[in-house]
Amino acid sequence: MTSMFKHFETKLTSAGLVEKGAALFGFLDARLEWNHPDREAEKLGVLFQNLNINSLLFAQPAEPYATIINYLALTEGEAIQPRDCETRTFLHDLPIAPDPDPARLEFLLKRRKGVIVPHYGIITTGTVSIEQAYVTFSSFCFACFVKFFGDYLRDVRRGNTSAQQKAAYEKASAGLRPLGTDNVALLPGPFHTEAEVLQAMEEAGRQVVAHGLVDSYFGNISCLLGTVLYISQTGSSLDHLGGCIDPCPLDDSSCAGLTASSELSAHMRIIAETGARTILHGHPPFAVILSMDCEVEDCDCAGTCHLKCPHTRMVCGTPIVAGEVGTGPHGLCHTVPKVIREGTGAIVYGHGLFTIGQKDFNVPFQRLLAVENACRREYFKRVST
Amino acid sequence: MYGWCGRIARIDLTSGKWEVETPPAALLKDFIGGRGLGVHYLAPFITRSWDDPAMPLLLFTGPLVGTAAPTSGRMAVVSRSPLTGTVSDASVGGSLGTALKRAGLDGLIITGKSPGMCGIEITDRQILIHDATPLSGKGTAFVTEVLKKKGAVAVSGPAAENRVLYANIMVDGHFAAGRNGLGLVFAEKNIKYITVQGKGRPLVKDQVMLKEACKDVLRLVAASPALSGRLGIANFGTGALYDLMDARRMMPTRNFKKTRFIHAADLNAHAYRQQYAPENSGCSGCHIRCKKQARDGRPLPEFETMSHFSALLENRQMEAVMEANRICNDLGMDTISAAATLACHAEIIGRTLEPDEILDLLTAIGTGRDTGKMLGQGSARYARACNRPEASMAVKNLELSAYDPRGAYGMALAFAVSNRGACHLRAYPIGHEILRKPVATDRFSFEGKARIIKISEDLNAVVDALTACKFVFFAASLEEYAKIFEAVTGMATSAQDLLQVGERIVYLERILNAANGFGIEDDDLPQRFFQSQGDALPIDRRAFLKARTDYYIVRGLDHQGRPTKEKATALGLDFHKSGAEPGAKQDDSLYDFNV
Ligand code: SF4
Ligand SMILES: [Zn+2]
Repeated sequence: MTSMFKHFETKLTSAGLVEKGAALFGFLDARLEWNHPDREAEKLGVLFQNLNINSLLFAQPAEPYATIINYLALTEGEAIQPRDCETRTFLHDLPIAPDPDPARLEFLLKRRKGVIVPHYGIITTGTVSIEQAYVTFSSFCFACFVKFFGDYLRDVRRGNTSAQQKAAYEKASAGLRPLGTDNVALLPGPFHTEAEVLQAMEEAGRQVVAHGLVDSYFGNISCLLGTVLYISQTGSSLDHLGGCIDPCPLDDSSCAGLTASSELSAHMRIIAETGARTILHGHPPFAVILSMDCEVEDCDCAGTCHLKCPHTRMVCGTPIVAGEVGTGPHGLCHTVPKVIREGTGAIVYGHGLFTIGQKDFNVPFQRLLAVENACRREYFKRVST
Repeated sequence: MYGWCGRIARIDLTSGKWEVETPPAALLKDFIGGRGLGVHYLAPFITRSWDDPAMPLLLFTGPLVGTAAPTSGRMAVVSRSPLTGTVSDASVGGSLGTALKRAGLDGLIITGKSPGMCGIEITDRQILIHDATPLSGKGTAFVTEVLKKKGAVAVSGPAAENRVLYANIMVDGHFAAGRNGLGLVFAEKNIKYITVQGKGRPLVKDQVMLKEACKDVLRLVAASPALSGRLGIANFGTGALYDLMDARRMMPTRNFKKTRFIHAADLNAHAYRQQYAPENSGCSGCHIRCKKQARDGRPLPEFETMSHFSALLENRQMEAVMEANRICNDLGMDTISAAATLACHAEIIGRTLEPDEILDLLTAIGTGRDTGKMLGQGSARYARACNRPEASMAVKNLELSAYDPRGAYGMALAFAVSNRGACHLRAYPIGHEILRKPVATDRFSFEGKARIIKISEDLNAVVDALTACKFVFFAASLEEYAKIFEAVTGMATSAQDLLQVGERIVYLERILNAANGFGIEDDDLPQRFFQSQGDALPIDRRAFLKARTDYYIVRGLDHQGRPTKEKATALGLDFHKSGAEPGAKQDDSLYDFNV
């Protein structure tokens, strides 16, 4: 278990979600283990007795997440209700406990995968592995980030920001990671062998994560070699793709890629529509925030924008489309392939950004970064005008 | 009452009388329905022999059946297994569960023995028992066709009449209540068929909330590669797993002597699609529709059938697999146990069976001819009778399904400790060990697996109580189903509350098995998996035993795997009453049925 603890501790710190040494992991098989002795361990250990879980993560998030989450937790009532895709699909809402009273925590954790206690921290659980607790923690941070900045922009426009909100905004903005630099050169294509493809995918995946363009195990990546599409597996982390890439023949002659990303269909269609050979998909936060910043008034689709938005909206030269994860009737596999182009990419409402290239990952990576950087600048421009 | 009908029919076949009773609300809260209620009503009789007329055959739906809840058209059949001697349940799809609910019943408790072969016909709230002698010996396809105007149809086939210990009950011709020989219990009571139709609908407490909760599930299903993905089971059927098992080198081959079948690529789901251009079908109330049917009406085999009738028997003919599946369905017997018993037979006689031979032997089993009589008693009894017990790949006399435990250690533990023998569906660790859901775990490690298996057993038990389909849990979780349950029944619950119901069911099953003498020596795998063989690395026996000990600790059993009074009390179970008189395991030698 020690190596698992280390792995996820490192992931939390390198993603800037938690300060080094601040994450407490508990794992129960026949015996309960913690990653380090902690006075909270005793208190939280009780949760293992009354819940059928095997993993728990407790941490106070790092800045700017701490400021953001504390602000939302103190102003949003019983639960935070973000509208981004990760929350909508996997979390539903983010419950808040006013204090770490064990009975209250237990009550909320019986219903949801995690709970926020303002100025104390986030507690998340898993029934299979500590990876679940880690993913939920990371998604809580991402969802709160997107909601906080999205709400602030909306409230600025409406002229109803509070002093407390402004202060939180100033502090959170000051704590943002520096803009990603685009002086990264990835392996040049075209690729001729499977080994080259895998190496290029692993390298590009690492860079997407290193630049903060995706969180936890979201995002996906693919590369076409001949008639086989190599694609990251579902639930894989883009910075650890070794052994997690599935070869999928374009004619579906093998189902060995049953474990491929939930966006396999979208990738296949993008390739068919555009002739692209490489695809990147991340969840860069400011692109997601701006995708939900819509000024159309009295729209018939209000509330279901992520499913039905009929307008061709653009941000920073990139089209925004509706679409849900996967292959349902409102699946993004029906919308993204129609609009995506090499120079632009495509943003899915409240979800993330797809970019494509012809021979390697340099173009899609640069585009992913450029769109996010442009969206971030555009966001602050919109706030100040 | 919302969700449930509040009506259970008790049918005594000896007297031909029936009556309806209302289950107490506390019972519904504690056991919900399906497998839960079935096991509860089985408990007082568990130490009787499976063929004792007092032994009940229980058919139960859950509160979600007949509502808009996704994949909730299933039901559970429960009794004591003639094959394993354990408590036994089978989750079955088709339209029977929905029909029963629409007829205003949550379940049937069938006891006694009809003087002659009979059919039970249920229409709305009426139950009639008919003479079915003219249907004696007829295949399930014929009987289903004859009866389909009468609604949902459950039939026992010639295999059950010929005392095959792994005889199934076939619902609507294609859906099997399988694995533990419940078809034989059906036939032992002299039931040939049950038909059900009704026009009612269960009441739903909060339709708006239900609609919202269903949307959450549908969204997750759409996002699931294993279900709705391009290569998922909605598109290819469960056969989609075939290539994956090949790619992970865990396809049981030549009676588990090898883990790789070199012809697998020619017999995958894509090849079936090319050959048979199947259409989609599915259980009532399910939008995933994972069942595939060839143009000629034959169902495509499920993954386990595909794998065992090819790799396990080293058969390269796809058409033989299709036919083997059709024959097993028509005769009404379990495809996994039938194939695995033939593989055991092939090992004992020292040669591979030809495709025609496979089909002939299946017919011989189902019709009680020649060697078929012995093979119909399952690999364990057959191998022991041949003095070759090591050739049976079974746990508690139930043959292993098509996942080689050497390629997934959670599966190894789950097979060993399962309450109904080597069943992959008790804990289905393939979800995380292979399909990466909800997250991936290291398939070659026992680390953490004891508690994972325990929690997944609880999960699947409550899913069988609800009665939903396990496949939907590749995508959704009890978090979403708790909301559905609340919307339908109006009873407040949570994911963790539901898991505790699952834990109660599994623990009660464990108590019932213990009452019949099951213990640590039964929670084990065939020795083959711990010894170097062919192309697979053996499982480290010590690591396995440690994981099993850890499982006992996590499950709240003593070091011999026996239930404890403290744990039973904590779960609200009556440790003593549940098991009635002390009983015994069944005789492991061949039955002398004189058929
Ligand atoms: S997923 Fe398949 S087995 Fe499950 S309910 Fe639907 S059709 Fe039936
Ligand atoms: Zn995404």
